[in-house]
Amino acid sequence: MRIALFVTCLADTLFPEAARATVRLLERLGHQVAFPEEQTCCGQMHVNTGYPDDALRLVRRHVRAFAPYDVVVAPSGSCVGSVRHQHAMVARRAGDERLAGRAEEVARHTYELSELLVDVLGVTDVGAYYPHRVTYHPTCHSLRMLRVGDRPLRLLREVRGLDLVELPQAEQCCGFGGTFAVKNADTSTAMLADKMRHVLATRADVCTAGDASCLMHIGGGLSRLRAGVRTVHLAEILASTEAGRSGDPTGRTTEGVAR
Amino acid sequence: MIARDVTLARLRAALAAAPPTPVRHRPGHRRQGELPPGDPELVDLLAERLTDYRAQVYRATGAAVADTVAGILAAEGATAVVVPPGLPADWRPGGIEVVVDDDLSADRLAELDAVVTAAAVAVAETGTIVLDAAADQGRRIISLLPDRHVCVVRPEQVVATVPEALARLTPGHPLTWISGPSATSDIELNRVEGVHGPRRLHVVLTDG
Amino acid sequence: MTETFLGLPATAPPGVGHLRGDEPFPVAARRALADPQLRRNLRHATGTIRAKSSAVISEVPDWPELRAAGRAIKSDTMARLPELLEQLEAAVTAAGGTVHWATDAVEANRIVTDLVRATGADRVMKVKSMATQEIGLNEALEAAGIEPVETDLAELIVQLGRDRPSHILVPAIHRNRAEIREVFLREMPGVDPALTDEPAALAAAARRHLRATFLSTKVAVSGANFAVAETGTLAVVESEGNGRMCLTLPETLITVMGIEKVIPTWDDLGVFLQLLPRASTGERMNPYTSMWTGVTPGDGPQQVHLVLLDNGRSAVLADEVGRQVLHCIRCSACLNVCPVYERTGGHAYGSVYPGPIGAVLSPQLTGVADNASLPYASSLCGACFDACPVMIDIPSVLVHLRARHVAERRAAHRMPSAEAVAMAAAAYTMDHPRLYAAAQRAAGLGRIAGRALPPPLNGWTASRDMPAAPPQTFRQWWSERRRDDRP
Repeated sequence: MRIALFVTCLADTLFPEAARATVRLLERLGHQVAFPEEQTCCGQMHVNTGYPDDALRLVRRHVRAFAPYDVVVAPSGSCVGSVRHQHAMVARRAGDERLAGRAEEVARHTYELSELLVDVLGVTDVGAYYPHRVTYHPTCHSLRMLRVGDRPLRLLREVRGLDLVELPQAEQCCGFGGTFAVKNADTSTAMLADKMRHVLATRADVCTAGDASCLMHIGGGLSRLRAGVRTVHLAEILASTEAGRSGDPTGRTTEGVAR
Repeated sequence: MIARDVTLARLRAALAAAPPTPVRHRPGHRRQGELPPGDPELVDLLAERLTDYRAQVYRATGAAVADTVAGILAAEGATAVVVPPGLPADWRPGGIEVVVDDDLSADRLAELDAVVTAAAVAVAETGTIVLDAAADQGRRIISLLPDRHVCVVRPEQVVATVPEALARLTPGHPLTWISGPSATSDIELNRVEGVHGPRRLHVVLTDG
Repeated sequence: MTETFLGLPATAPPGVGHLRGDEPFPVAARRALADPQLRRNLRHATGTIRAKSSAVISEVPDWPELRAAGRAIKSDTMARLPELLEQLEAAVTAAGGTVHWATDAVEANRIVTDLVRATGADRVMKVKSMATQEIGLNEALEAAGIEPVETDLAELIVQLGRDRPSHILVPAIHRNRAEIREVFLREMPGVDPALTDEPAALAAAARRHLRATFLSTKVAVSGANFAVAETGTLAVVESEGNGRMCLTLPETLITVMGIEKVIPTWDDLGVFLQLLPRASTGERMNPYTSMWTGVTPGDGPQQVHLVLLDNGRSAVLADEVGRQVLHCIRCSACLNVCPVYERTGGHAYGSVYPGPIGAVLSPQLTGVADNASLPYASSLCGACFDACPVMIDIPSVLVHLRARHVAERRAAHRMPSAEAVAMAAAAYTMDHPRLYAAAQRAAGLGRIAGRALPPPLNGWTASRDMPAAPPQTFRQWWSERRRDDRP
């Protein structure tokens, strides 16, 4: 299957290993990955901060970049959530019904990684090997906007060598929330402190999730604590094989966040 | 009148600015339980749910209601009980001063230890009894001020769901829905029984 | 003032009532976050109620259908609000009640004060009501020499402690049992000095304290949870019996109700009586629900008044996206699941309506400018939407109100804000891939120097490390890889 990668601006710029891992994983499963270079950002930050009018041009660009593809995947629940729940709304606000219709069409075939693997490709055992104690944080937008449910856990349970431990109060927000972490930094920090406490209570080596943004937040906090727990994107775990730890010679991962 | 006209004009203007799509359709929801009113299993469920919220539940044959009520009141140490004028005569307890409500004052009612009433309907799933101020239940005040409420429920009055109960009630009557004794969750959100309403609720389930 | 002006939707006036805070949310939140006792009290209380609520909701086989029905009934209500209010007025009047209309808090306070004065009473007892909190009725009554006595236990704790309510359902949620005992010992006349902090003992103390008030007060003021247009029936949902006392014992009953509380039919009550208790207190049914229709001769108050309050609700109704907030049945489930509320408590929101619902209701009632920080007081985690028994899409309304705030600010100022400039610049850059690639490289370079961001973003890096910049972006890797792949 030919699958277009919606890399997301955050992974593109700061966490490219999550995106590279997505490419390697899909290619290992026998699929062809395309990268429409016109893409930049879905505009979620603009919409959530109160600037839907500024987001309009980004929605238009996104729709133009991805309309030609039958299947689009992003290693981010949050950005897929924006595509599904915000793009058409932004277009309608601006009175562009045609764009809204096209945005809905693109949204219909855009998937978060675990959705693509389980629902579209029908696979839960992706042949990964990852010999670590891992806990999974279900990010809010994956959990409540996309309802990915236990798909990520089903994928993780099939990974060889992986010791999956349950995260207490997993469904509580980590406190990121985009500009929330800036505008309400104190409250965000209090939420993060509780999330980190729960992560540390699992005694896991690795905290994983489907969103680089939340991992950046949690990882940034854990790094400050020198806690010794790494944050690693779900795609990187699923891309890891026995042959090469991550199969990537440059070796840079989101683990860098908390190193 | 001015405020009325201004408010209505404002609301009409608000709707005219962005007319909503009419939603006259009500999505379906469960109106009836699986069991018909009075089914023994339903009565058992009512008993279980009442008990769960700290009401005391008793079973009595129709002929034994008065004795059961008398036993409850004796165990409570009650010496005077108020009853509504229409309470069935064969439910009146013996061995205790029975005061029939005849526009008794609030102060007089507050001195009485207990009240015995019938009910209009009971909801098994929620453990609720409903009073509708009919002659066998009396004015709202008589089941409010005495500290112990004994309520007698007949099997045919027990329905499964809230919608079934509403369908049996007459809107114009003053209605009191009671689910267990008075309680509060205001301290650390823990439920504590016994605040201003009757602190003890006794429900007698009859067999017919 | 012209008639046209009067007939346009209007926000709640300033200077009266409790819809506006004294300081922005982040400032107030900082103080609350520094109080470890408050954090413990809130974590314990919200954790308790979440567990209870989800247990009783899981017993209901048709919970999703009930939520959808609740939403549909409320949507229908809002679409026909003027007609339904007229129908309600006619039904209440026919049943012997008197209906009053108040465009705002000032009018509502005046109506109630005049009605109490006409009875000659100098004291009223109150059933917990958000509407009367909203309009500052207690202050208005006190100014007129009338003593308001709160009879709900939590409201009594707040009133005796000269405190402010911090939760819709449990206004004293920020106080634990030991603190409540102290308030009672200090403020309750004739209280037993040996009072313990057992909740049952505290409840019993409140019972003794209020008993004489219930028996001797001639006027009561209540709110209403529901008002049925077709029958004129009003309903109050409560637990302690203080509601029954106020609704049954006095000669005069005055109910102040937000106009959005009307529902079309008797049958519709069946939906809300199932949704509210389970979402609110986590009970299958609350201990007491009272319903009355005008005056019943010989039973209960013989003078029955209903005050219909607008106070900004018409302005909420005018917002196509925001009007769904009027569907709220004040259950407070959204507060109990909100990670922000759990940590800051209710006072940080300024308004009497705290938590997620307050963050979308208060700014609409007052105009966004008067509560501008509230739409941002959320991480948009969506827990509130899932918990809402009438399916109010709170996250979408929050985002919508942020856009309204930005647009109103833009219209009011000639100079765009720094944020607006940055947002426009970011959008422009991201719409030009070559500029975007250059910016990505610059971001990488800029961050090599350190792990802290410059102001105003330093709030984030104060307690977190920024990730080190990667050696290359994904798109650089992709284009190199493609080049390498070429034969």
